[in-house]
Amino acid sequence: MTTARRRAYGVKGAPYAFLLPAAILFALFFALPIGYAVWLSFRKVKVSGLGLGSGARREVWAGLENYTAALTDGELLDGALRVLGYGCIVVPVMLGLALLFALMLDSEKVRLAPFTRLAIFLPYAIPGVVAALLWGFLYLPDVSPFHFALDRLGLPQPDLLDGGPLYLALSNIAVWGGTGFNMIVIYTSLRSIPAEVHEAARLDGATPLQIALRIKIPMVAPSLVLTFFFSIIATLQVFSEPTTLKPLTNSVSTTWSPLMKVYQDAFGKGDIHAAAAQATIIALVTLLLSFGFLRAANRRQKQEAAR
Amino acid sequence: MSTPAVRTPEPAAGTTPGTAQGPSPRRRIALIPTVTLLLGALYCLLPVAWVVIASTKSGSELFSTFTFLPGTGFAENLSDLNAYRDGVYWQWMGNSALYAVLGALLSTTVSSLAGYALATYRFRGRETMFNVLLAGVLMPPVILAIPQYLLLAEADLTDSYWAVLLPQILSPYGVYLSRIYAAAAVPADVVEAGRMDGASEWRIFTRIALPMMVPGLVTVFLFQFVAIWNNFLLPYIMLSDDEKFPITLGLHTLLEQGANTPALYTLVITGAFLAVIPLVALFLVIQRFWSLDLLSGAVKS
Repeated sequence: MTTARRRAYGVKGAPYAFLLPAAILFALFFALPIGYAVWLSFRKVKVSGLGLGSGARREVWAGLENYTAALTDGELLDGALRVLGYGCIVVPVMLGLALLFALMLDSEKVRLAPFTRLAIFLPYAIPGVVAALLWGFLYLPDVSPFHFALDRLGLPQPDLLDGGPLYLALSNIAVWGGTGFNMIVIYTSLRSIPAEVHEAARLDGATPLQIALRIKIPMVAPSLVLTFFFSIIATLQVFSEPTTLKPLTNSVSTTWSPLMKVYQDAFGKGDIHAAAAQATIIALVTLLLSFGFLRAANRRQKQEAAR
Repeated sequence: MSTPAVRTPEPAAGTTPGTAQGPSPRRRIALIPTVTLLLGALYCLLPVAWVVIASTKSGSELFSTFTFLPGTGFAENLSDLNAYRDGVYWQWMGNSALYAVLGALLSTTVSSLAGYALATYRFRGRETMFNVLLAGVLMPPVILAIPQYLLLAEADLTDSYWAVLLPQILSPYGVYLSRIYAAAAVPADVVEAGRMDGASEWRIFTRIALPMMVPGLVTVFLFQFVAIWNNFLLPYIMLSDDEKFPITLGLHTLLEQGANTPALYTLVITGAFLAVIPLVALFLVIQRFWSLDLLSGAVKS
């Protein structure tokens, strides 16, 4: 009786004990920083007199001042538009290639599948900084094999690190780094489709293309939704690639992406209050987009299930 | 592409009854898929091939000879890199290894505990806790990193190893994966049987559940290892002393200086080449027993 009760009590408390380390870390390194950032975003430094001596710089309540400043700041908006343009290239191209390669891997009688699968997945192991560095050199006119080839062919050589081509150059780095991972996710769910499903379609005379379009792609739709979702979040957060390319070109400003602008304001200018307000806005936009997207995806799935 | 003869252990078509699918069907190759995949592999290997070749070039060869032609300066580049600031490059590599190994180990431990609890117990606040943890995935790192920096500065921990290690231990994605693995790999009646035998909850976890979760936990470990090894933003914000830099940050500063002194470019390239080796080697070794499928959270029953 007593042991039974003690055991029941132990079982009751066990999950909380198991979750304790995660909960403590979450409180310290997620909840507390987020709360602190929101609090900072409503504060500002007030400088009285010449700003000299103790008490000349005081932190005071700012209300929504930092938010209105951030939302009317052209630099933040420009950064957001640049990232939007960048994302419009990266996400469709990366997921399109990932889906294409996954379907090819899943097709019959394909040769060298293990080798190519590993090769395409390899960039996942390479840090974004190193990837940007490698491609950065491949874009440099003096080093680039593309420039060399174009020169020999007598064609004009565009500067890949300037203006419009810069978007392509940056997008290419992201596509290169992310395709393999997404390919694996899609390929995994392709493999989980029972063989009888396309076996039956083939017996009915469907071509491989028809099987891919009518059967395989609809059946992996959930994992496409998932990869799409994570790609958008990753795109919004682009930071290390443009930061790495910066030393190689003058066209990447310190405020190229919204997160670079936040970093610049916090550590370049030392205005943590403005940075906190911008960070909060970006977090809110990310959350709104994520939940909006997930709800839309859920609704569609329910509709399809109801049909 | 010829098929290696070793890969034909099955009897020839003629000797097997009931396989009358036309002449040698196994030699037919799906050409379009194979070529597409080879082009994809070429695209993915191109920069890697470039860095291998470029690291053999001396400073003058880098800008004068054709990109994919090997040079003569590899040994010189290596000794230059070795000599740069008393071998600070190796310090960076060591730091990366320390952050990644220790961070991933701690992260896997925390994830396995939390994932197991979320998968096996029914308790109040379970779904809330899981959803709150998952929302952590959505938080852009920079948004966390700035207040994390300010808070760690309060605790006088910025510019220390702790500043890079501590914020990376909890991985919401790791918890999510662990929950899936625990749910798939640890049957409820095994846990119940352990309780019948009078084992404590902790003993059931360490002796019964943990061994069953190992394949999944290897994936969590590797995932976190790669994430920490590749992380740039957090150390970029937290550290100013370059003796504590991980390799990503070290290469970045080297490239930044190289913009003013192009002689450093060969160091950056050789450094990048050497930095790629450990992770690529790790991938080639582990892919034998590490199912890539596990990475996406899919568990076969």
